[in-house]
Amino acid sequence: MSDQEALFEYLLRLGDNALVLGHRLSEWCGHAPALEEDLALSNVALDLIGQTQLWLNLAGEVEGKGRDADKLAYLRDARDFRNILLVEQPNGDFAVTMARQFFFDAWHYLLLRELAGSKDGRIAEIAAKSLKEVTYHLERSRDWVLRLGDGTEESHRRMQAAIDDLWMYTGELFEADEIDRAMLREGLGPDPAALHEPWLGLVKATFEEATLSLPQPGWAQRGGKRGIHSEHLGYILADLQFLQRAYPNATW
Amino acid sequence: MYAQMVKTGLERIQSKEEMSPEERSFQERIDADIKIEPKEWMPEAYRKTLIRQISQHAHSEIIGMQPEGNWITRAPTLERKAILLAKVQDEAGHGLYLYCAAETLGVSRDELMEQLNSGKAKYSSIFNYPTLTWADIGAIGWLVDGAAIMNQVPLQRCSYGPYSRAMIRICKEESFHQRQGYDIMMKLARGTPEQQRMAQDALNRWWWPSLMMFGPSDADSVHSAQSMMWKIKINSNDELRQKFVDQTVPQAEYIGLTVPDPDLKWNAERGHYDFGEINWDEFYQVISGNGPCNRQRLRTRVNAYEEGRWVREAADAYAAKKAARAQAKAA
Repeated sequence: MSDQEALFEYLLRLGDNALVLGHRLSEWCGHAPALEEDLALSNVALDLIGQTQLWLNLAGEVEGKGRDADKLAYLRDARDFRNILLVEQPNGDFAVTMARQFFFDAWHYLLLRELAGSKDGRIAEIAAKSLKEVTYHLERSRDWVLRLGDGTEESHRRMQAAIDDLWMYTGELFEADEIDRAMLREGLGPDPAALHEPWLGLVKATFEEATLSLPQPGWAQRGGKRGIHSEHLGYILADLQFLQRAYPNATW
Repeated sequence: MYAQMVKTGLERIQSKEEMSPEERSFQERIDADIKIEPKEWMPEAYRKTLIRQISQHAHSEIIGMQPEGNWITRAPTLERKAILLAKVQDEAGHGLYLYCAAETLGVSRDELMEQLNSGKAKYSSIFNYPTLTWADIGAIGWLVDGAAIMNQVPLQRCSYGPYSRAMIRICKEESFHQRQGYDIMMKLARGTPEQQRMAQDALNRWWWPSLMMFGPSDADSVHSAQSMMWKIKINSNDELRQKFVDQTVPQAEYIGLTVPDPDLKWNAERGHYDFGEINWDEFYQVISGNGPCNRQRLRTRVNAYEEGRWVREAADAYAAKKAARAQAKAA
């Protein structure tokens, strides 16, 4: 794999994470527990859709085959998607959505902070812009973990169940493969493993304050980064890509 | 818009002579275009009518999130998806301003939500129609928001301060919504034959329900006359409907779409379009619960509210614990 190909793959991962999680959050619009949450969840989704456009347009540019963000988002099949498994997990109840968001935001924040110092100016620029947004996302999802964890008996039970269910999808965030190693070698991206300690520190401190228990380390589900997904992604794409697939070559 | 038939609870309009001194001075303030603010004295019927009108409008914004929300996950490009999501988000925001405006009249958001969820409160009949294709998203922006603007622009000048100010904010966003809807339609109307068919089909289905949004003729309605005297209604339903038709027909022609009304004709003498008879039977059926989506819309809203209850309770409980801890610390 050439450096260009590795960079393309890496940018797809960044873009696809934002795309798939933005899509999941947009499913909440109109169904949230309060109007304020309809607004807030949509805000986060909008930020992520904006980040998707930036990352995937850059990916298309690096690839050099004339594909832009829309072509990459709407005309690839599931096996070519590179998002981590965590973000494609269904919304579940509000606790599942917020636990998923907190795990992702905490990691995303740490990752973007490193990427803002990337040797590639285009990456550094997108990361710096996204970091501002994600700082707020993290503040918000962390706040919900506290409120639900330390709220009522029911909310505590639901939040703990959400954490226990999603925990096995967090391992993938910190595993390096040859693409991550190529990025590290070129000074373009960080070593994923190096993000684990600060991430775990943040998660532990938050759970402690929220009276939640940290799950035991266990088997991690992995595969998203290589295009081996859960069954859920296919349905996301069936929705997302419907019009582009049903009316090929139309412009909208 | 979105308040099609608002009752005042009155059977006839009082003459100045019949009014109490308070009522007379209230009416004089309105006649002089002085805004009424929440803490001032107001007739009970004015307060109740406003609550009804503002809450119908708020509920319409909230229920209106559903037909458009139906296409957020299927929007055809990332940009269209972001625009649609932002638009539906605006509607949640409009609902919020309007519930706040209603709260200044002494009714809580929870009470109003309960009225909506129980099926007691009304919302605009238009949102009980389904969005079947992407072109429906264009049609809603262009026609439904277009019709809403017709009514809301004059309401920026309405007599009740908080409502007037909410309208000013809302109108700014609505005109952007209408433009994006028309833009979707234009793209489709100039697209492939399949897209053109989709656009025409959406216009065919949304045209008549959009005209119904203005409500039945209220030329002889005591309620409308009273609301106009209070300046919480500025124009008659027929006036606004005519204005809407006059504005919209050339827009349809410009992008090559045909308005589905064989009786539509420019009347040079009147300087307006003449148009066909509206099916009011359909309107009354839809407003009384028999539209294609009434049950679905209400069920979705009730589910969101009920399934969110534990979250709202948790947020309250957490806030109370936090406050108690802060107090214990301070003591």
